[in-house]
Amino acid sequence: MAAQLKPGQGPLDYGSRTWLKLLFAAIFFVLYAPIVTLVAFSFNTDKRGVVWRGFTFDNYTKAWNNDALIEALTNSLVIAFIATIFATILGALAALLLWRFRFPFKGAYEGFMALPIVIPEICMGVALLLFFVSAGMMEFSVHMPWPLNLGNIIFAHVTFCFPFVAVVVRSRLVGFNRQLEEASKDLGASEWQTFWSIIVPYMKPGLIAGALLAFTLSLDDFVITFFTSGPETVTFPVKVYSLVRRGVSPEINAASTVLIVITVIATVIAMKLQAPPKSDRG
Amino acid sequence: MESWKQNPRVFWTLGVPPSVWLLLFFIIPLGFLFVMSFSDKAVIDGQVSITDYDYLTGFGNYIRSMDPLYLGIMWKSVWISALATALCLVLAYPVAFGICFAAERRKPLLLLLVVLPFWINLLIRTYALIAVFRTQGYVNKILGVVGLGPYEMLYNNFAVIFGLVYVYMPFMVLPLYATIERLDKSFLEASLDLGASQFQTFLRVTVPLTMPGIVSGIILVFIPCLGSFLTPDLLGGANALMIGNVIERQFKAANDWPFGSALSFLLMYATFGALALRYLFSLRSKGVDV
Amino acid sequence: MPDTIVSIRNVTKAFPGGVTAVDNVSLDIAQNEFFALLGPSGCGKTTLLRMISGLETPTSGQIIIGGEDMALTPPNRRPTNMVFQSYAVFPHMTVEQNVAYGLKVTGVPADETARRVAEALEMVKLTALAARKPDQMSGGQRQRVALARALVKRPKVLLLDEPLSALDAKLRDDMRMELTRLQETVGITFIIVTHDQDEALSMASRIAVMDKGAVQQVATPAELYEHPRNRFVADFIGKVNLIEARVLRQIGRKLDCEARGLGRLELVNDGLVGAQIAVAVRPEKLKISETEPGAGIRVRGKVSALAYYGDTSHVVIETADGLNLSVNVQNDRRSGAGAMERGQSVWAHWAPEDSIVLTE
Ligand SMILES: Nc1ncnc2c1ncn2[C@@H]1O[C@H](COP(=O)(O)OP(=O)(O)OP(=O)(O)O)[C@@H](O)[C@H]1O
Ligand SMILES: [Mg+2]
Repeated sequence: MAAQLKPGQGPLDYGSRTWLKLLFAAIFFVLYAPIVTLVAFSFNTDKRGVVWRGFTFDNYTKAWNNDALIEALTNSLVIAFIATIFATILGALAALLLWRFRFPFKGAYEGFMALPIVIPEICMGVALLLFFVSAGMMEFSVHMPWPLNLGNIIFAHVTFCFPFVAVVVRSRLVGFNRQLEEASKDLGASEWQTFWSIIVPYMKPGLIAGALLAFTLSLDDFVITFFTSGPETVTFPVKVYSLVRRGVSPEINAASTVLIVITVIATVIAMKLQAPPKSDRG
Repeated sequence: MESWKQNPRVFWTLGVPPSVWLLLFFIIPLGFLFVMSFSDKAVIDGQVSITDYDYLTGFGNYIRSMDPLYLGIMWKSVWISALATALCLVLAYPVAFGICFAAERRKPLLLLLVVLPFWINLLIRTYALIAVFRTQGYVNKILGVVGLGPYEMLYNNFAVIFGLVYVYMPFMVLPLYATIERLDKSFLEASLDLGASQFQTFLRVTVPLTMPGIVSGIILVFIPCLGSFLTPDLLGGANALMIGNVIERQFKAANDWPFGSALSFLLMYATFGALALRYLFSLRSKGVDV
Repeated sequence: MPDTIVSIRNVTKAFPGGVTAVDNVSLDIAQNEFFALLGPSGCGKTTLLRMISGLETPTSGQIIIGGEDMALTPPNRRPTNMVFQSYAVFPHMTVEQNVAYGLKVTGVPADETARRVAEALEMVKLTALAARKPDQMSGGQRQRVALARALVKRPKVLLLDEPLSALDAKLRDDMRMELTRLQETVGITFIIVTHDQDEALSMASRIAVMDKGAVQQVATPAELYEHPRNRFVADFIGKVNLIEARVLRQIGRKLDCEARGLGRLELVNDGLVGAQIAVAVRPEKLKISETEPGAGIRVRGKVSALAYYGDTSHVVIETADGLNLSVNVQNDRRSGAGAMERGQSVWAHWAPEDSIVLTE
């Protein structure tokens, strides 16, 4: 906290303070160095990933040829895809409900809707495990052909994803000008026609952002999947977990890099959509 | 907003699917867990059964969780989470502050840089930390150059705390950023103008006025830290157990689901306690909504 | 002039992004003056005030307060205090704590703090509300907290940024008087920023009129009104009729010109003028008569608009050449302007010495 000002620097120009710049540099370095190292070492020829020996795509080939890994990745993508569809629909319905209606015990209802977001993942994981086992669904799914045996995991993922979608869609709906809806009805459109021609187009950016969020959440989930998956139904994070427990290998780096690229792309798209151009306000 | 009675058909169409889903796959499972936490494994022919239970036998599991061993673990979970949360706060505050005062055109990029890691798989980030901090990792390599080490930096409390801070920092930056951004900068200017130093201004004006954001950030970080399983599991090894690891053990290796259920509920009560504290705080600071 | 307390020398402020908010301004403000910075929105008044307080640093130029160059002095070390436009009364402190804040942070002993805070609260009549939080107060009360908070520091210069703009009309009038009274009692230099000319004219001892970052004229209120230096000042302060004119001849102080809509005129002006001038005349200096007046500058026209305000009426007269002249008529008789009607043909006239010759 300098007692004197540098010429040309206002007292609130913290953005140009050197100590703050250094801190930013340090924090971003610590935040990104491990990830960058991970990505870089996915191209390393060294088996143990200790030192840099040379550039190669071998790890990617090996990961690609590792059937267990690919199966896990396929499972993850299938689960994420199906769970996203369900979560988006349920989340949108919940958002519309909360946005449009007043009803008794609404506060409590909203609280329950938010519970899956706030309670520790591990509690939800064990609760679902207990439920699936007690209801016989665990047993049942084991004998199902792929991809039906992923059912339990999908149920679990939809459950923790859709409240997030509801939050995103609802925040989009808040900006909606309800007179548009009234105008549409005034012009003779039915409830249903109004919904499809006025409200859904307006919700669309929120729906897409919510869907992408659900997709990444599902793809990323480890803890809940860890408890709800059977021995035959391994997802990518669960697979990586078992590999990581055994040690570091460049193959994991390669597979992780692929996943990082997928999620970063999804995230950037979601962010672009969540900051819509100012002109489309209702 | 209209009353549900005005249009009950639409109301039920919208309301039933999500409510039924939530009931079936969330409320009922939690109910099962709740019942299980008051139950015991059945004893059939003097043999403890693996699959059958005597339901609602009493508070035995909760009493058992008051064993010094488990109390110790809970206490450790709390202080590790508290310390990680405090470190997050100390690091995130200047970051959030700096972003708020950065040039307008740089803000989106800086925010993206902060939240991007949060979108990368938790497991992958933890794995990346392991690769960097293990005995043959980069940090030890660099220390080796200056003639130090190698040190065992993983599998201890330090590693767990570092991992938690690393993983949950974005949760702290975002609410802080939101409140500092909304803070009227003329309060800071008024303080400086009245003769307070930058440091006094920070302590007496900036911090009290951004308290809602600080509290939100603390809650948002503390809750997942307390319930964390993966980070202590991978970075902590055997001697850095947290409550999440004990729960996992009860449901997997030890196969004592009733006891695991009781511990899960204790963890949930702690979470609700933290949320209630935040609610109380928000009531108290209603007037200072900045 | 008495001792100069604030001296602003060739100060320029250019914001990144290319806005030059303050452009080469030089001003001297005397001890105990009630000085106003007046100008339209965006002309750089706030920026100039903030540079005096140290909240903004000049791109170039010098600011000297009490004989010391302030270039390297941060706001917390300057002998100035500010009343913010939004008041910036700390919402998490009571009135008393707000007022005590500036003393507490600079290590003034507790007993002295208590005494001075009580005095300051007394001065702005807020003693009864000392324990209130700002969110339980009206705008006017909050403004007085801001005032007390700044005055309790006994600054050499008190800076006020549009202190009355957030108040309703009635309260604004009261606070104007209040501020003038306070300034006389405490004997501190006040620099007030405003875009309201009435406010500046009624309170300030001297006014700097600013436009587009530059000072157009510094003068007392009467001087500004009667002798504006240029078209901008004449137009900004009060209402004025501006008539473009071409100078045909200048002999000594006498100007022979050809004015639009008026024809040949003889005017008087000190100093040399260029070929093009503007003749400014205030609406209240114009007279209306139904018959041709015998002397002065006169022109025939039709009443094109009429507005009745009780004590005065506002009449617009359009000449045959399309020149519009605003006239304020005192309704000192029952008949007054009420007797006039739209479309009526009348004469407007004024004394030549009431014309102001503007060269810029
Ligand atoms: N921080 C800033 N960055 C960039 N431009 C600024 C900044 N602050 C002010 N400006 C610009 O400088 C010019 C002068 O601003 P200033 O606030 O001094 O005007 P003002 O005379 O106080 O106007 P008002 O009466 O509306 O308060 C304006 O054009 C404004 O847009
Ligand atoms: Mg201003």
